[in-house]
Amino acid sequence: MSVIDAGAALPRQRIDILPALTPLLVALVAAPFIGSASTFVTLTLAGLAMGMMIFTMASGLTLVFGLMDVLNFGHGAFISLGAYVATLVLLPLAGWSQADSLGANLAVLLLALLAASLVCGAVGFVFERVLVKPVYGQHLKQIMVTIGGAIVAEQLLYALFGPEFIPLPLPASLRGSFILGNAAIEKYRIAATIVGLAVFAGQMLILNRTKIGLLIRAGVENREMVEALGYRIDRLFIGVFMAGSALAGLGGVLWALYREQVHASMGAELLVLTFIVIIIGGLGSVGGCFIGSILVALIANYAGFLVPKLALVSNILLMVVVLLWRPRGLYPVSGR
Amino acid sequence: MMILSGDGPRSKALSALLIVIVLVLALAPFLFPGAKPANVAANICISVLLVASYDLLLGYAGIVSFAHVMFFGIGAYGVAIALYGLGASWGALALGVLAAIPVSVVLALAIGLFSLRVQTIFFAMMTLAVAYAFNVLASQLSWLTGGEDGRSFQVPEILRPGFKLFEGDVFGVAISGRVLSYYLVFVVCALLFLVLLRIVNSPFGRVLQAIRENPFRAEALGYRIVFHRTLATCLSAAGATAAGALSALWLHYTGPDTALSFSIQIDVLVIVVIGGMGSMYGAIAGAAVFVLAQNYLQALMGKLSSAAADAGLPLLPGLFHPDRWLLWLGLMFILAVYFVPTGIVGRLRGRG
Amino acid sequence: MSAGLILQGVHTHIGRYHILQGVDLVAPEGETTMLLGRNGAGKTTALRTIMGLWRASQGAVMLDGAPIAALHASAIARAGVAYVPETMAVFSDLSVKENLVLAARDGPLDDVRIEWIFGFFPALRKFWLSRAGTLSGGQKQMLSIARAIVEPRRLLLIDEPTKGLAPAIIGALIDCLKEIKRTGVTILLVEQNFRVAQEVGDHVRVMDGGRIIHQGAMAALAADSALQSRLLGLSLDAHQ
Repeated sequence: MSVIDAGAALPRQRIDILPALTPLLVALVAAPFIGSASTFVTLTLAGLAMGMMIFTMASGLTLVFGLMDVLNFGHGAFISLGAYVATLVLLPLAGWSQADSLGANLAVLLLALLAASLVCGAVGFVFERVLVKPVYGQHLKQIMVTIGGAIVAEQLLYALFGPEFIPLPLPASLRGSFILGNAAIEKYRIAATIVGLAVFAGQMLILNRTKIGLLIRAGVENREMVEALGYRIDRLFIGVFMAGSALAGLGGVLWALYREQVHASMGAELLVLTFIVIIIGGLGSVGGCFIGSILVALIANYAGFLVPKLALVSNILLMVVVLLWRPRGLYPVSGR
Repeated sequence: MMILSGDGPRSKALSALLIVIVLVLALAPFLFPGAKPANVAANICISVLLVASYDLLLGYAGIVSFAHVMFFGIGAYGVAIALYGLGASWGALALGVLAAIPVSVVLALAIGLFSLRVQTIFFAMMTLAVAYAFNVLASQLSWLTGGEDGRSFQVPEILRPGFKLFEGDVFGVAISGRVLSYYLVFVVCALLFLVLLRIVNSPFGRVLQAIRENPFRAEALGYRIVFHRTLATCLSAAGATAAGALSALWLHYTGPDTALSFSIQIDVLVIVVIGGMGSMYGAIAGAAVFVLAQNYLQALMGKLSSAAADAGLPLLPGLFHPDRWLLWLGLMFILAVYFVPTGIVGRLRGRG
Repeated sequence: MSAGLILQGVHTHIGRYHILQGVDLVAPEGETTMLLGRNGAGKTTALRTIMGLWRASQGAVMLDGAPIAALHASAIARAGVAYVPETMAVFSDLSVKENLVLAARDGPLDDVRIEWIFGFFPALRKFWLSRAGTLSGGQKQMLSIARAIVEPRRLLLIDEPTKGLAPAIIGALIDCLKEIKRTGVTILLVEQNFRVAQEVGDHVRVMDGGRIIHQGAMAALAADSALQSRLLGLSLDAHQ
């Protein structure tokens, strides 16, 4: 029976490291132009924090797309919804969030993140059953129905919370900056980075170490075969959709605190950003989404400093460059 | 039937509806004098052209693009920049249009070649991102575009409200530059609509539909998919650019809100679905219904809202507030996608 | 006789195409039934219909007496049907081990059974933690079959396992199929390679135009070259 592996060379484990190094490369290229070390550190850390927030919002979208080929144009509405839910927690509990106690501050922040995730997950369930499920596999209708859902959701948010910007102050102990050498590092950015990294680590753990995670990865590649092995991919999918919506809400809270205000239009703006990120990363790839988020955010920050006029279109230029290099994104998912 | 390229409405009810709409549009300045009806009518004409050119892409080629409003904006900004910079002459107007169309076509070509090889959904995302960036760019380059404020400009003299073609009235209506502007819009839209109708009924149009139905089969039959789809994208972009130029000419103004806003894109998508995808006539029916509803239903919503407020009902005043028009539009849109996927045209043809 | 797999008057439409046009087929329990026929005869569609990946528009599919045609693919799998598609469909992003962990849906991997599989697919032991995407075509086929037998199943549907494999590997595969058969599982095997069919098949069914046009013992068909060329025509020569 040894004939089977006779002549079969040991397949080399190819780990594609190059795309993962691109953020480093970008930082190295940008550094001499920025000149001052402290500015560079500030910009880089700001970029990382922003990248982690974008990743939190975008990672669910890429998995939802990978698993069921569903591109949810309503994803942005969950970002806004999460932010509004946070105002419902943080504003009435302003006593806690403005108290001079790190414990109380963090407790109320965690409560807001939790509430936003739960509400968005629950609304995600309804959204999936009512809007997405009836049009599985029909791309055109799917795009249109989820756009319709996004419009309705945004308008409902306006109707419920009013059309004005709602200010959302940061918890007291997350305001201000540390001074590291000459560089000022905003405390909140550190906090956002920690949350984003935790989300990434959690996802990686689930995807690589649990059976559910294996099922998701297998389903992204070939959902029919997953069913032929005896699993209900539609149940798996609704779970992923809810988790993705919850993460969008979580990201929405982070972003709203970063901007210190909430408005229903933020979802539509961030939707474009999340699309760019998941295209750059490779549709369906969480790791690609992570690298893509960091890249987009770093370049936005560097460009904002070096060529402010270009900053807002820098991510489009980045997308074009990445796609010229790798037409299916940094980490194309096999099987699609 | 020649003028309709052998593709008639094929339903008595639909024919009647279309005849009424076209006749009313043709006679609008005489039937309903006044500024608001003229705006509504011109808006319908421009929407018909914009939507018909979008339907070439969505309904016939099965391509979802979110950059259609960008091409509309290029036309509008082309006219605005030329007339603002060079003065109100026909030469400047021609230059603006003639510069805008190649810009649109080249951009459409680039997007098409870049992303039409892959899935529909990829194209949709790409166009959304590009259109968004273009919008940002237009607001940023204020030396050229006037930024957020946009550009107001003069149009050639005979199109100005003050101009009178005759001393007297015709059927009780003074033939002002405004009326002439309206007829310019109407005639150009009608002609370009007929051109689009011809395109979708040409062999090219049929190949597009074959590709939409079954790309693999079409490719096996020897049709070059990317070529056909890219050409459709370019033609559609040119149509949108013309609509944008007319819109600028009618408004004497171009700004991000009137020319590039994403809500215009949403409106176009909604009109295509309401009217009926994959039928040019859907653009006429959909645009008429939509624009009328947009202009007159909002007033009704205002009344409902205040009535609900007077009755002390919770939440309803907010939901019926005229600013929440998009809420009801979104709901209508979702219901239309589910239950009337063939739109007004499909319903009237009895295939609803 | 109710044990094994029975198809009665099964029709399957794919889009506008009417692929299966009334398939009647019996695959007796614990034996290997070959499904032969030209390209486009409907063999793959028959397997996919049994697996529930295409829905039969008409007719009945019975597994050991129970109707399964109306079930969801995952429920059919849980009823004890395993599928090795022509494309192999290994999850290339997952390791060999992870592929098998997923296939073992009823619990953790059974070490004894894994050793049994390693016995005829030693390459899987060697590349246990490698990404399945890095395996060779033959090794992917091993993995795909291993996935189907990692837990005891009642019915295996195997679609052209020898396609594109080197002759030496085909020999190994034949031994493996015989070994699997010894466990008492019912096998329905689509195969273009007549030599393989002759080696492993107990029964043979020949399809053409979406119907079964011949049923009989494999040995009888193997012995009758006139019948072979009438039923299988050129497709036979092309693969010999």
